Amino acid sequence: MSHLTATPVIEPGQDRTMILNMGPHHPSTHGVLRLILEIDGETIVRIMPDVGYLHTGIEKTCEAKFYQQVVPLTDRIDYLCPLTNNLCYVLAVEKLLGLEIPPKAQWMRVMLNELTRINSHLVWLGTHALDIGAMSVFLYCFREREDILRLFEMVSGQRMMTSYFRIGGLALEPPLGFFERVRQFANRFPEKVDEYENLLTGNPIWGMRTKGVARITAADAIALGASGPTLRGSGVDFDLRRDMPYSGYENFKFNVPVSQDGDVFARYLCRVREMRKSIAMVQQALNGMPEGPIKADAPKVILPDREKMKTEMEALIYHFKIITEGFSVPAGEVYQAVESPRGEMGYYVVSDGTAKPYRVHMRAACLANLQLLPQMCEGRLLADVVAAIGSIDIVLGEIDR
Amino acid sequence: MPLSPAITDLEELKDHPALALLLAWNAAAVESAKYDRDEITIYVERSSIRDACVLLRDDRKCPFNFLADVTCVDWHPSEPRFEVIYHLLSIPQKERVRLKVRLEGSSPVIETVTSVWPAANFFEREVFDLFGVRFTGHPYLRRLLMPEDWEGNPMRKDYPVEGYR
Repeated sequence: MSHLTATPVIEPGQDRTMILNMGPHHPSTHGVLRLILEIDGETIVRIMPDVGYLHTGIEKTCEAKFYQQVVPLTDRIDYLCPLTNNLCYVLAVEKLLGLEIPPKAQWMRVMLNELTRINSHLVWLGTHALDIGAMSVFLYCFREREDILRLFEMVSGQRMMTSYFRIGGLALEPPLGFFERVRQFANRFPEKVDEYENLLTGNPIWGMRTKGVARITAADAIALGASGPTLRGSGVDFDLRRDMPYSGYENFKFNVPVSQDGDVFARYLCRVREMRKSIAMVQQALNGMPEGPIKADAPKVILPDREKMKTEMEALIYHFKIITEGFSVPAGEVYQAVESPRGEMGYYVVSDGTAKPYRVHMRAACLANLQLLPQMCEGRLLADVVAAIGSIDIVLGEIDR
Repeated sequence: MPLSPAITDLEELKDHPALALLLAWNAAAVESAKYDRDEITIYVERSSIRDACVLLRDDRKCPFNFLADVTCVDWHPSEPRFEVIYHLLSIPQKERVRLKVRLEGSSPVIETVTSVWPAANFFEREVFDLFGVRFTGHPYLRRLLMPEDWEGNPMRKDYPVEGYR
């Protein structure tokens, strides 16, 4: 495995080669990623990612907040899948507290998570195709993404920074007519995926830009910490939703798409097929949505309903105490991982028994996936770097936190 | 689902695949272990962390072939101050294990595991950057997130949340 740990220091001074900075402000680096490239003509000799331009110190901020105040911060880590971040954090804290979540809240979480996955994959597909030169796919993808954002707005009041999952359940009861709107979208969406595939999958130009490009073997992908579609594109059949289920995923039936080739096209196929599976899971969630409460029975942790606060003394007291003092969490530590659209997202939460988390660490799937880039690109052409970055689907907010 | 108390008795836990393997290899390398909230934590003696990782990765029955995460917790002002934490995952067996190494605050130095999993490269650089823990043998131990000329390690507990003004 020594070929993977070669020292990535790039020094100027060689005769044949040139050092080129790509980014941090470059449209195809999907944010503020800087790549230092050493190129020989148009061939990549070495490549070194430089991150940190979007570092905001969210982990440090979490240590100064009450547990419930961390939820809106998690939205801002990976701004393309805020609900997945919410879910991962609340699951970790619920595990620390030992809370049991009612089935309706769990099914809602699964349903909204799969919609988030589609939302994230649509942004990925649109921008990835745009980078490679297929302009129109972007417009189609954002048309459907708009529908999903409207659904998020309907259920949580916010299009992107939803903060809809709370410790112990959901923020609000889903509004009247919400499920009907989701069902309409779910019925409409599969033929839209056909539309994208008609534009790309059989397209010879798309094939030439993606097939055989930026190959990575399964062994290298595992050694470098790749996860999610980037790992499954190399033929490793592993998905946390199926293999280590959380939040009621064990109640759902779905196949995990896997491709064997390990190139950009394989990762593309994985994600496009994942969109189809996700929409099928949304349908399953709609058909089997249980009735019942959306919050666990834990008055010391969960804010009471507005109505109860006006009529019951205890509710008012609990509300006051949670807002002003927070709630204490038994000492301990938990690592909770969920399958985000980009791979294994993990939250490591340490409690020292007080109302503020002692340590919150996010395992960013993109940070690990980005380490594949040198392995994918070295020896290939400069233009392939753009295709490779797109295919690992990075979000710099999550990498830098 | 009320919380059950953590199990810290090595005798009770010795059936767990990772712990059994480590105990059979070198019982002195295992300082203690804890089973809490369905997660197992093994405290490993500092000098044997790399060998322990190689052993767990290459096990035939339950290979922990995937390094999910490396991070650190600062327990300032108590000593040993730092805990470096490795989250390992076995993709074939779908098992997780958490390894922990305690480090003194005066000289937080530990051997790198980049030669075991190249994935550790960025994770260890992040810990070095934010906590100031040095990883000996790391191929490129530079700051990852903070600027190169930054002073101090922001995630340490004695570093104020608002920063120094």
